Amino acid sequence: MPPSFEVSRRSLKWRETRHLLLTTAPGALWIVIFLVLPSLYLVSMAFMTNGPYGQPGMPLSLDAFRQLAGFGFLGWSPGNLYTLLRSIWQTIVATGLVVVLSYPIAYYITTCRASLRPIMLLAVVVPSWTNQVIRTFGWMNLLAPETPLSDAAQFLGLIPEHMGLFPSSFAVTLGLVYNFLPFMVLPLYAAFEKLDTTLIEAAIDLYASPMRAFWAAVFPQTLPGLLAGVVLVAVPAFGMYVVPELLGGGRSMMIGNLVAGQFTGASNWPYGAAAALLMLAATLIGIFLLRRLGKRAGGGEEVVI
Amino acid sequence: MTNALATDDAGRPAPSITLEGLEKSFSRDVIALDGVDLTIRAGEFFTLLGPSGCGKTTLLRILAGLDTANKGVVRIGGHDVTEVPPHKRSVNTVFQSYALFPHLNVEDNIAFGLKMQGVEKDDRQRRVREMAEFIKLTPLLGRRIDQLSGGQRQRIALARALVCEPNVLLLDEPLSALDAGLRGQLQVELQRIQRRLGMTFVFVTHDQQEAMVMSDRIAVLNNGKIQHLGTPREIFERPANTFVARFMGHDNLFDITSREGDLLDTPLGRLTVDTRTHGDKVLIRPETIELGEDAETDANYFTAVVRESFYRGSYIEYRLDVGEVSLRALSSNQGQKLHKNGERVPISICPEDIVTVTDGE
Repeated sequence: MPPSFEVSRRSLKWRETRHLLLTTAPGALWIVIFLVLPSLYLVSMAFMTNGPYGQPGMPLSLDAFRQLAGFGFLGWSPGNLYTLLRSIWQTIVATGLVVVLSYPIAYYITTCRASLRPIMLLAVVVPSWTNQVIRTFGWMNLLAPETPLSDAAQFLGLIPEHMGLFPSSFAVTLGLVYNFLPFMVLPLYAAFEKLDTTLIEAAIDLYASPMRAFWAAVFPQTLPGLLAGVVLVAVPAFGMYVVPELLGGGRSMMIGNLVAGQFTGASNWPYGAAAALLMLAATLIGIFLLRRLGKRAGGGEEVVI
Repeated sequence: MTNALATDDAGRPAPSITLEGLEKSFSRDVIALDGVDLTIRAGEFFTLLGPSGCGKTTLLRILAGLDTANKGVVRIGGHDVTEVPPHKRSVNTVFQSYALFPHLNVEDNIAFGLKMQGVEKDDRQRRVREMAEFIKLTPLLGRRIDQLSGGQRQRIALARALVCEPNVLLLDEPLSALDAGLRGQLQVELQRIQRRLGMTFVFVTHDQQEAMVMSDRIAVLNNGKIQHLGTPREIFERPANTFVARFMGHDNLFDITSREGDLLDTPLGRLTVDTRTHGDKVLIRPETIELGEDAETDANYFTAVVRESFYRGSYIEYRLDVGEVSLRALSSNQGQKLHKNGERVPISICPEDIVTVTDGE
């Protein structure tokens, strides 16, 4: 092989490396500065001790985790455990309701005339263009005492007299469903748009009732969209701060409020960091379970989330 | 009544299908069926043949219950099933795209209909295995659908429908996605299966060769109307009108300028025909044209010039000019000498082979 060729090959390789560095470096740098380093900082913070004036410092200890597990000056209390379980429960209920509401909406949009569909999708998305805090304040007004909704609930005996529908767990669920509906409708719509309707016809032709045809032909086809939607809804809902803060009151606090509280009023950063790590762990476990579920329901096929 | 139909045991003679005055339109301009009356006999291999958009698939979907007619009655085995939803009809369909469930393996796909009917698991498994044996795909039972070839998918779609032992099997262009060799093989196989089971098959295709090979009877459709109903031979040799003739591949059609008993004047020249024919145009099938001196008939004798010739192996196709008129002729290859382009060739047509057809839509 002539030496000149060897040289050009080497320079070619160097050029490839340089291109690779130039194209990926900004993104990699971004991730390192804004994800890796803060995460490491958060992890180390969780093992620090809270100082008398709320400043984190040495020595390293497990105090924050002990506190998180519910051990305080007055012995063990289940408060944090309740908050975690409540967050999980709220997430499951809200996501479930969002799924049930989104299926008919997404399907209905695909049955509309092609010219109407972008408008309908826009109608689903437009509310989320307003600030979340403002929208949640809107719900506070709607659900407050002596509003038509609260009066109706009182009349039906659902809530005691002179009370509003907020603050309550119900209001939090409502707020979560309202906020995250578009994130489920859009991926489901994308799945419905690609739906092979002959599979539905085949199922009905093979004696499936409409309900069973849905499970046999529609559900498996929309599963990737559904799972994408579940992740888009459940992960932010689990860490939600604004909605439970404004609509929940003290007894409907979620884990996001617990974390936020430690970094603001309570000024216990290590405790807050530990709670944030717990939240992260719970989210990762949730996604892992979802993937396994998706794989089983999808007939062994890997579902990318 | 309808339930009794769905739960009837197989083994008794397959029922016939009667369609009365079926009309279907999708909008004011799109008329799919325009008054179809038809009886499909029990146990016959019946084909709906026509170009795309002729209404054949709509007719099949109405039989399956996947579409409803605007007007008319569908009877299967004497029962009025016009309003019966598809999942309560003892009719199964093999779809053009096969429509196999991608998240189920082969075995579960075949078992699907039985499962939906509530057949016990043991019974279900036994019947699926028997069907797999019958259709020769036992080794594939555990496979995923995306691991199968087109031909295998086609057979599984067939097995999935047959295992339910329907009264009528509907097939919507099931072979159109396959290559020619496999297609021919499956045509023969489908016909054998139909004969063995004695089931009524209603087959939809746009391929006239396929229709002729497989069917007991054929209905040729165009513009939502039945143009010709008959055996393959009747339709090919005595097409009801010019549409059917052209669709069956005949292109030697000539206007009749005047008629005198059994003598017809056409652009080709004066033709002696069988006196029974009364149509508007003359049809000369290319394979009935005899080339060369040793003609068996004295009538209908012309001199043609070979414009083009195509060697097709078992036969030779000639494009001939007779005066101003061009004519297609097929000559079976029995080792005779081939005519060259530009050569003058005497041709003759036997009067019995000439038919006249009415103008069709």
